[in-house]
Amino acid sequence: MSDQEDILATAAGWLAEGETVALATVVETWGSSPRPAGSQLAVTASGRLAGSVSGGCIEGAVADVARATMDTGAPQLLDFGISDERAWEVGLACGGKLKVFVEKLEGEKLV
Amino acid sequence: MKTALLSRLQAARAAGRPVALLTRLSDGAQQLFPEDALPAPLAQAAEAALAADRAGNLEHEDASWFVQPHNPPLRLIVVGAVHVAQALVPMARSLGFAVVVVDPRRAFATEERFGGGVTLLDDWPDEAMERLAPDSRTAVVTLTHDPKLDDPALEVALRSSAFYIGALGSRRTHAKRLDRLAEAGLTPAQCARIAAPIGLSINAVTAPEIALSVMAEIVAKRRGAALAERA
Repeated sequence: MSDQEDILATAAGWLAEGETVALATVVETWGSSPRPAGSQLAVTASGRLAGSVSGGCIEGAVADVARATMDTGAPQLLDFGISDERAWEVGLACGGKLKVFVEKLEGEKLV
Repeated sequence: MKTALLSRLQAARAAGRPVALLTRLSDGAQQLFPEDALPAPLAQAAEAALAADRAGNLEHEDASWFVQPHNPPLRLIVVGAVHVAQALVPMARSLGFAVVVVDPRRAFATEERFGGGVTLLDDWPDEAMERLAPDSRTAVVTLTHDPKLDDPALEVALRSSAFYIGALGSRRTHAKRLDRLAEAGLTPAQCARIAAPIGLSINAVTAPEIALSVMAEIVAKRRGAALAERA
């Protein structure tokens, strides 16, 4: 089943309201990751959040990157894992590893 | 994601067309399957992701691609707009099912009882079921307790590829039901697909508890959990 908590629709709705929106998607997991590939987190510049990419461990860090992506428009691929010092900082204590792709919605510049 | 692609993706989803979004992770370039012309390996990966309903990864021309399937929602067809159905519908919706409630008795399948966000049909169950054509992404539950309504729906469901078929009623009720379905020409093997008494065995008593046991069994079946196996 596609993950039916419809984060994409929520994100599209925010975009239509004039929000600046970035979308984070779990693209690969290893071990005991709580959310499967395809799970999504939508973030707005104004601070709204919908969905999740983990059990709550890395959402804060991902949201920070998402805000940077909103500024630059450049997508990012993030690695979180037990072998990664940064993962411990943000508390991915479950021992899983995952990759998260972060992109701005409406990536082309509307000057 | 570019606006134009997001619009195409949302249009496909709104129309219930299965599509897959392919993303090149190095630069965020994206394609939509099957609308965009794709190299064969990418198209095959998209087809496989849709068939398995699971996101996938592949390497193509020295780049990593992520493939996300967007299948139309699973469907739940509920025959019998009864009290248990009222508890079942919101639960099924929150689990991502598109829900259709069928009941020819006008007083039951009303918007007042079910609210919005669900399709209410007052056709006879066999006609409604023929039209709805259950497929492998459809679950069917019969809740009326009335053979005139439940049986014709089950006959259509059992000849379909519905991934779950459940019927409310006690063991004794089900034994009689099996006799009637046999008379209607269904084989024991076909009838063995019916989950009855319906739902996981959690000693459910109230309507919401029964709804929970039914949805839990549907999820177990969908995910291939051992709990969904019946002896």
